[in-house]
Amino acid sequence: MSTPTDTAVGASVDATARARDLLGVSRLTNQALTTWLHGLPGVDQVGCEARAASLGTRSIKTTSKQWAIDTAISMIDLTTLEGADTPGRVRGLAAKALVPDPSDLSTPRPAAVCVYGDMVTTAKQALGPDSGVKVAAVATAFPSGRASMAVKLADTRDAVKAGADEIDMVIDRGAFLAGDYLTVFNQIAEVKKACGDARLKVIMETGELVTYDNVRRASWLSMLAGGDFIKTSTGKVQPAATLPVTLIMLEAVRDWRDLTGDQVGVKPAGGIKTSKDAIKFLVTVSEVAGDDWLDNRWFRFGASSLLNDLLLQRQRLTTGAYSGASYIADDSPSTAY
Amino acid sequence: MPKFEYAPAPESTSVVDLETSYGLFINGEFVDGHGESFKSISPSSEEVLAEVSEATDADVDAAVKAARTAYTRVWSRMSGADRGKYLYRIARILQERAREFAVLESLDNGKPIKESRDVDIPLAAAHFFYNAGWADKLEYASLGANPRPHGVVGQVIPWNFPLLMLSWKIAPALATGNTVVLKPAETTPLTALLFAEVCQQADLPPGVVNIVTGAGATGQAIVDHPGIDKLAFTGSTGVGKMIARSIAGTRKKATLELGGKAANIVFDDAPIDQAVEGIVNGIFFNQGHVCCAGSRLLVQESVADEVTRRLKRRIGTLRVGDPLDKNTDIGAINSRAQLDRIIALTEAGESEGAERWDNGCELPSSGFWFRPTVFTGVTQTHRIAQEEIFGPVLSVLTFRTPQEAVAKANNTPYGLSAGIWTEKGSRILWMADQLKAGVVWANTFNKFDPTSPFGGYKESGYGREGGRHGLEPYVRTGA
Repeated sequence: MSTPTDTAVGASVDATARARDLLGVSRLTNQALTTWLHGLPGVDQVGCEARAASLGTRSIKTTSKQWAIDTAISMIDLTTLEGADTPGRVRGLAAKALVPDPSDLSTPRPAAVCVYGDMVTTAKQALGPDSGVKVAAVATAFPSGRASMAVKLADTRDAVKAGADEIDMVIDRGAFLAGDYLTVFNQIAEVKKACGDARLKVIMETGELVTYDNVRRASWLSMLAGGDFIKTSTGKVQPAATLPVTLIMLEAVRDWRDLTGDQVGVKPAGGIKTSKDAIKFLVTVSEVAGDDWLDNRWFRFGASSLLNDLLLQRQRLTTGAYSGASYIADDSPSTAY
Repeated sequence: MPKFEYAPAPESTSVVDLETSYGLFINGEFVDGHGESFKSISPSSEEVLAEVSEATDADVDAAVKAARTAYTRVWSRMSGADRGKYLYRIARILQERAREFAVLESLDNGKPIKESRDVDIPLAAAHFFYNAGWADKLEYASLGANPRPHGVVGQVIPWNFPLLMLSWKIAPALATGNTVVLKPAETTPLTALLFAEVCQQADLPPGVVNIVTGAGATGQAIVDHPGIDKLAFTGSTGVGKMIARSIAGTRKKATLELGGKAANIVFDDAPIDQAVEGIVNGIFFNQGHVCCAGSRLLVQESVADEVTRRLKRRIGTLRVGDPLDKNTDIGAINSRAQLDRIIALTEAGESEGAERWDNGCELPSSGFWFRPTVFTGVTQTHRIAQEEIFGPVLSVLTFRTPQEAVAKANNTPYGLSAGIWTEKGSRILWMADQLKAGVVWANTFNKFDPTSPFGGYKESGYGREGGRHGLEPYVRTGA
């Protein structure tokens, strides 16, 4: 199912034509989308949360913990999305992505750095052409998405032109909650076109969608409109990435591939801070979506502080003893350890 | 080979300190039994864990006498508040020693440690806490006027939830002022014997709880003993009928919690992914050794293929193996005899024409094991749709209308539990009203709580355990 190149799948596919085909309608209307999305099986909240909790009790030890920590590091979109970001801070983040742990050069690199659009050039330059670390840019009036379509598209094109490999867009949650699915669909499809070869991550901001039924519908709508990834959150709204929400999204991409043959990635973002948490997510990926998603092409963590905890645990597995914050090189060191 | 292999994560057994042999717990002390000793083995390895005494008629008589003396002299005279204190103390000790109990339960029974750790032991403690609270409030429990104990209660419990069934039996009996002679199952006596130590640790007055080990003959001795005022039994319908015959015409009261063949009913508007989890939990929880297991899946025809496909995919991820590994989902079958029964019934399922599927997982070389198995194309007249298999075997049947689902669900001599999966609230209420089952779960399955009564219709027995209702069989009321 996976393709050899890292460019977006189906960039040339006309999302509307495919949607008409999948829905079996001659014209894609809001009515048709509503019927389709509301025809998806419901999610029982209690059962969903119980399943997530039981996956969270898996005990991951020794060799499997080593594998999980390295895999989790390789799946991180190392993120800084602050108004106070500076080129220096972004260069520091890029340097961290290139050499996550200067005391152990065998440490894998994260998948990407994730920045605002105006920092793409800086990030690209700092990472160089051959590092394998991608640059992801948030776009479409992140985080609220409250801007005209023209602005959202310009925001996207700007980031792509600056060299972004991946675009993290936000959906119009207001339109979604009002039942205006067609608007959400069209916006995603247009942004997807503006992305060109860049892969598109669709941020649903699940904390604002509130119900698991909504998360499931937004996931299917995002995939139908051409998203390469579905992503939980901006990180600016609580709750952000929870395990049950990610579970629902993993079921969605699994079922979408059964239906269409196309694989879509999943990115929980915000609130995943510890290795223990990250491992619970990997367990869920493994047991719900399966091995094909256990790869940074198909699963990412949107996180900033997670990397340092993974490095700390990695050092402990290597040396047999806990080190501490003094042994985790960082431009904005945490005092949390 | 999967990308993400889980390395072994065994729970340590060092917390358990087993004796090589155990006597009977009578009058607050461990005493030698007069019968031959028998071995309790670990069903996952067939290793001998300990030797246990078989109680003879004389031993049972000594236990009943001790219970009578404790009843007359101490327990029936004690205030409810003071009885409650002992029950609270026992509950706290069970929590403090939870890990020890969980490991021993998994060793002796074969169930996965995650279930003994997260379900059996916490629930057992919860039953003591819950009933402790009633001990001084029985007058206000709407049991009738002047509620008072029967006297000496004989209790016989099964091997599927050894400590949990003990707590379902002992906690309400003691809370209401009765004293107890209890027999654990012959394949799983060890946590009951550890519980005897807890009684000592809690300074429970001698004779209030007596534990006699043994097989059918010991159970029969309890049933037949003239000094027993009330019986409580959980186990097979066959033995339940024998008990009912034995006590017919005597003054003895009884509650019987017997077998089941529950229907788990999935409608086309169900939350399918959670329904699949509920089906798995319904039949594979505790290796299917659950009297209220959802052993018959009734699925609406329009979603039958979809549900079956998802179910099989999910069953493919179940981890069968070492009960003490924290990642094990399905442990060992409790005994050779039970494994033989499961094999015989599944062979009958095949020969009668149902289609057999299992997840093909590897099984350990020693011990008693059975792969999670699904039969499709099952009809009501197949033995696997009628008889209780008591193992990890699901029979899938289909229906078209709610009326047909009810008719098929009720078309069984049993009536212990049922499950309904639909997003339609009105249908849940209508179905629950029609189903002849003591427990009906909606959009969940196998959920237990000390506040909720549990018991059966028809050949699943009579009487209720748990909740306020669970106190009723343990008291006399009126003038």
